[in-house]
Amino acid sequence: MAQLLKSELVWWRSFNLLLVDLTSQHVRLFTTLKVENNGTDSVSEVLLPFPDHQSKNLAFLTATTTEEKGKSKSSSQALPIKVVNPEGMPISLAWYSASLPKELGKGGQLTLEIRAVFTHALRPFPEKITQADAQLVVFQDSAYYLSPYVVKAQSFTVKLPEPRVESYTKLENAKLSGSEIKYGPYENIPPFSYTPIVVHFASNGPFAVAKDLVREIEISHWGNVQITEHYNLIHAGAESIGEFSRLDYQARPYLRGASAFRHLIAKLPPRAHSVYYRDEIGNISTSNLWGDSTKTLLEIEPRYPLFGGWKTSFTIGYGLPLHDFLFQSEGQRFLNISFGSPMNELVIDNLIVKVILPEGSKDITVSVPFPIKEWQEMKFSHLDMVGRPVVVLEKTNVVPEHNQYFQVKYRFNNLSLFREPLMLISGFFFLFVACIIYTHADFTISKSSASYVAKLQWDEVQTAIQQFQGVMSRCLAIHDKLEASLRDLSRTGDAQACKAARKAADSSLKELSKELKSLLGFLQSSPQAAQILPKVDELVVKEKELQEKLMLKHSIVVDAFEKRSGGRDTESRVASIQQKITALRLEVDDLLEVIDEI
Amino acid sequence: MAAPETSPTPSSLRNAFGHVFSIFILILIGVLAFSIRLFSVIKYESVIHEFDPYFNYRVTQFLTKNGIYDFWNWFDDRTWYPLGRVIGGTVYPGLTLTAGTLWWLLNSLNIPLSVETVCVFTAPIFSAFASWATYLLTKEVKGAGAGLTAAALLAMVPSYISRSVAGSYDNEAVAIFALIFTFYLYIKTLNTGSLFYATLNSIAYFYMVCSWGGYTFIINLIPMHVLLCIVTGRYSSRLYIAYAPLVVLGTLLAALVPVVGFNAVMTSEHFASFLVFIIIHVVALVYYIKGILSPRMFKVAVMLVLSVGLVICCTVVAVLIALVASSPTKGWSGRSLSLLDPTYASKYIPIIASVSEHQPPTWPSYFMDLNILAFLVPAGIVACFLPLSDASSFVILYIVTSVYFSGVMVRLMLVLAPAACIMSGIALSGAFDVLTRSLKFQLPGTSEIFASDAVDTGSESVILNKDGAEEDKSEDSVKERPSKKNKKKEKEKEKEKEKEKEKEKENAGTSSSRSHAERRPLVLPVEASVIAIFLLVLLVAFYVVHCVWAAAEAYSAPSIVLTSQSPDGLHVFDDFREAYAWLSHNTDVDDKVASWWDYGYQTTAMANRTVIVDNNTWNNTHIATVGTAMSSPEKAAWEIFNSLDVKYVLVVFGGLVGYPSDDINKFLWMVRIGGGVFPHIKEPDYLRDGQYRIDSQATPTMLNCLMYKLSYYRFVETDGKGFDRVRRTEIGKKYFKLTHFEEVFTTHHWMVRIYKLKSPRNRIRGKTKKSKSKSSSTISSKSSRTRKKNPWN
Repeated sequence: MAQLLKSELVWWRSFNLLLVDLTSQHVRLFTTLKVENNGTDSVSEVLLPFPDHQSKNLAFLTATTTEEKGKSKSSSQALPIKVVNPEGMPISLAWYSASLPKELGKGGQLTLEIRAVFTHALRPFPEKITQADAQLVVFQDSAYYLSPYVVKAQSFTVKLPEPRVESYTKLENAKLSGSEIKYGPYENIPPFSYTPIVVHFASNGPFAVAKDLVREIEISHWGNVQITEHYNLIHAGAESIGEFSRLDYQARPYLRGASAFRHLIAKLPPRAHSVYYRDEIGNISTSNLWGDSTKTLLEIEPRYPLFGGWKTSFTIGYGLPLHDFLFQSEGQRFLNISFGSPMNELVIDNLIVKVILPEGSKDITVSVPFPIKEWQEMKFSHLDMVGRPVVVLEKTNVVPEHNQYFQVKYRFNNLSLFREPLMLISGFFFLFVACIIYTHADFTISKSSASYVAKLQWDEVQTAIQQFQGVMSRCLAIHDKLEASLRDLSRTGDAQACKAARKAADSSLKELSKELKSLLGFLQSSPQAAQILPKVDELVVKEKELQEKLMLKHSIVVDAFEKRSGGRDTESRVASIQQKITALRLEVDDLLEVIDEI
Repeated sequence: MAAPETSPTPSSLRNAFGHVFSIFILILIGVLAFSIRLFSVIKYESVIHEFDPYFNYRVTQFLTKNGIYDFWNWFDDRTWYPLGRVIGGTVYPGLTLTAGTLWWLLNSLNIPLSVETVCVFTAPIFSAFASWATYLLTKEVKGAGAGLTAAALLAMVPSYISRSVAGSYDNEAVAIFALIFTFYLYIKTLNTGSLFYATLNSIAYFYMVCSWGGYTFIINLIPMHVLLCIVTGRYSSRLYIAYAPLVVLGTLLAALVPVVGFNAVMTSEHFASFLVFIIIHVVALVYYIKGILSPRMFKVAVMLVLSVGLVICCTVVAVLIALVASSPTKGWSGRSLSLLDPTYASKYIPIIASVSEHQPPTWPSYFMDLNILAFLVPAGIVACFLPLSDASSFVILYIVTSVYFSGVMVRLMLVLAPAACIMSGIALSGAFDVLTRSLKFQLPGTSEIFASDAVDTGSESVILNKDGAEEDKSEDSVKERPSKKNKKKEKEKEKEKEKEKEKEKENAGTSSSRSHAERRPLVLPVEASVIAIFLLVLLVAFYVVHCVWAAAEAYSAPSIVLTSQSPDGLHVFDDFREAYAWLSHNTDVDDKVASWWDYGYQTTAMANRTVIVDNNTWNNTHIATVGTAMSSPEKAAWEIFNSLDVKYVLVVFGGLVGYPSDDINKFLWMVRIGGGVFPHIKEPDYLRDGQYRIDSQATPTMLNCLMYKLSYYRFVETDGKGFDRVRRTEIGKKYFKLTHFEEVFTTHHWMVRIYKLKSPRNRIRGKTKKSKSKSSSTISSKSSRTRKKNPWN
């Protein structure tokens, strides 16, 4: 190993451009290295050391190489990076090594672009400010690029959010222009040179840090991907002390309250729908949503402006169309969805992504483009029997650069979709079947108990009464027929037909009276019918009377018609009978109704 | 209920068909009752409303998290600091247990609803149950038709909606169901005489006791009815079965509820039930003896028993009266007393009088809450007398008592609403019965009734009676047509004049026609009945429109989030939750927050911070302490608050946006309640010539009190004048500084302002010495004075 390093130390000869971007709370370090192998052996790895205090804040590191083919720069290629621990090196350095796509021979040249993102690297100073103060932060780094190799030439640019700079370390060749500080160029820097610089400047950008963020991605094969994100947010800038005056904040928001942030913007995927924004005590009404075909923008405003040290927590949720994120290949399905939070200004200390797959998913594999902690759980949700498999991914120190797509592959049978609807259907089916059985079955324990026998008898009485009512209504129908025949008579003048009708009615009425007798006999014998019996008897009598009167009227009318006598005499007789008939009919109807009610 | 006429057994088929049909209607009524209450969720959000529901919600959360045993033993140290409150023993657990059980049931079925969702929708679900219970009750009284009508009316009566919209998670939501269901089971027992229903009745009563303090209404109304039955000679074994088990079982069960406990036998509210219990036994004994003795022997026995019994009764009553009279409130709780004597609360208990829902209602509120029911009720009462049965006499008693109670306290309008619905249901269904039957009789299909003149004259006479207005009783069959038309016109006019009076008359007419024409059905002319039906339907349609409006506009606002319609769209005032969220995230978890008691429940539930007083106003002295602090000058207030460990003071201020129910408007109650315990706070000090004002004419005491200062701190800088939009005046003292408090948070519309108590300033050695030597002579008198001012020293 030492041998290797030695050889490497010789070959470095680079022109080095550093740019550190401090405009937000993320410190982004862009390094462009032009590498030349001056050694004898060919090398396949480049070592990238960071001092410990930086490496513990290092959230993201990539190295890409761009091969120069003629004039057009093309085919940039990401290099795999791994942590190494070379011997014999100065302590308190963390080492990363990027392996080159192909070995670099002697004298070979290469351009490397290294991009590192640090969180919590800006320290507020002073640590406590009042509402009226602007937030000042301190950034510390080395003016020279820390490397195990000789650096031929190097320049270092610090980009600040606003031109207000309290102080900065003045080295030679240091220059402040606008909101940029330039160090360098410096030439021929020996390995492991370290010259600390400190920049103290104003930064009022949102220092929004999500202490915890839990993203739940729930897949429904009915066509929806539901995403729920629980944020636990803190303003990690300089702590606010003293009074908070709403008056000052409202009247002069950019002077009194510059360090606070009011809103965050979440860039959701296109066609996001059913967006909500709430916290544990209800909906938060201060949000805006607009979108086009490429994105949906959700501007959320916490319930109150966040000053330094203030915390809040909320939940946003949205649905996405399934076909945008779920694909099929070789009998497998895979979900392809972005990893991090949709909010670009956020630093996430601890991110947990839970992918909830539908019930019955099997053979689950996950591929994430960066190292991550991963395990599986079960979740019981709507009417689940065996539970839904949940893939849990956990990562600390997440920055927007982690917003890359990751894949979850699984197998799922489409028939499982119908499990829950079928369960519901069969559940209700059996419920109704049980109801039907209950109403038709006899659950009486003692079949000989008095009340049970009485109930049975009562049922019989009821059927008898129903039959009785049927007979009665048929009687009444015959009466109606008789009346109708009379009307026919006045229209057609066919007295014979009328007589025939009377005869037919007479005979059928007689038959009915026979039927009635048997029914009455039963009712008289049954003790249960005792209360109803008088009414029934009365009805029978009234009906008989009605019948007689009708017959009488019928015969009178027919006679009168045959004799052509007509005149007042018959009319008055008929009228008196008719009155009685009507009265009787009404009584009969009344009685029928009374019996009906019983 | 159309029945196929040619079927072999039309009645049975009709019954079956009607049965299914009415079940279907009932389901629809349930859906209606549920969905009309969702306006609050649709227009606003699924959130708990108002004040008390937040407490219930918090208790439910505790129950679902910690289980039932911890719930019974829950001592809450986050409220009434430093006293705390025994929640398990002082809360009516019915609602919480119901929602907790629902939640548990759903979760065990793997339907993951949050506790909040279950709580929000408990009230609508139970209002569907309540309308079904109304159906059952009214069916027992007047048949299925009246039952369905009453259920439909109850499903959307505004008075009940106001307490049971989605999110209004309060005791009343389940209690009204329990109330109606208990009454139903009582009537059912009374009608059947079955011990099974009597037992169910006790269990329903137990549920009611669990749910609401209003159970005393049941345990007084039922004895009253029993007494009524006995007095009017309607005693029967069924009555005994309905009453005696209820008292024994019901009282035993009620005593199981911790909040009631021995009150079930010790307080005067339950006294009536025991008295009637004794009476009914005496009556039962008398009836029994009457049955086994000959009439002569019976007379002798009566003499004997009466003389002995009277003596015993007198002694017992005397002892009871002596016992009761020995307690200062005569054994009645304050709220019950204020029911019996409406002026009681305003005289003695300002804390009860200060709650707006304990005020007597205004006349418009009857129309607002009951709408047409208010006019239909008399008709229903009349219908209940035709014929008077045990059940209908109970309903009459129910409405009469509840009308009285609703007149005392606006909140008890809620008890009146079911009674009014039942009565109106009976009236409406009776009217429809008559009208549709007269249509049915005169339809061409049954023409032979038409054929004769006699029928027409008969029906004509009935109509005459029915109309009641016409004295003309001639049975003139020749002039039938024109007279009919006349009558029709008369009827129309009348209808247009006063529908409700007409209804009354109609029913009055019904009675007279009954007597006149025996059981002959009432038949109206077709035109009249068509028009009457049309008008009735119109009336009911107005009711529906009103109810929907009330549900959508009047009663759906959750009151924690306010909206106003301005020309440039809807404006949302979400200041309360803004403040509570700030408290919950940015203060220490053990900090104590002082505010007027209205906001106590919300602070504990939403902000999860310890409060000094809350809406459970069990300790008047504690509330008076906070009231005193609010009405004291800054220094004295700081001392009181500091002695209570208070770190933050929360005031509600509506002056910037014109929110009228803010602390300045409630301030006089603070003074009154504070002054009731600490006499150095005197109400006249805060009034100028008997007027409450905050402008430059206000008294110096008013302008220097803490509430004024916290409300108007730096308010003048908003517009330069300090114009208060609620009081519509410029404030009196505009520029002042706070020395012992500092503003830490004010919400967007300034509706909630939170101040922090400044820690006491370090003493500077030299100064203290000086002041000591100076004030050594006065220190004793001073300290005695401060002692008076600060009750916690």
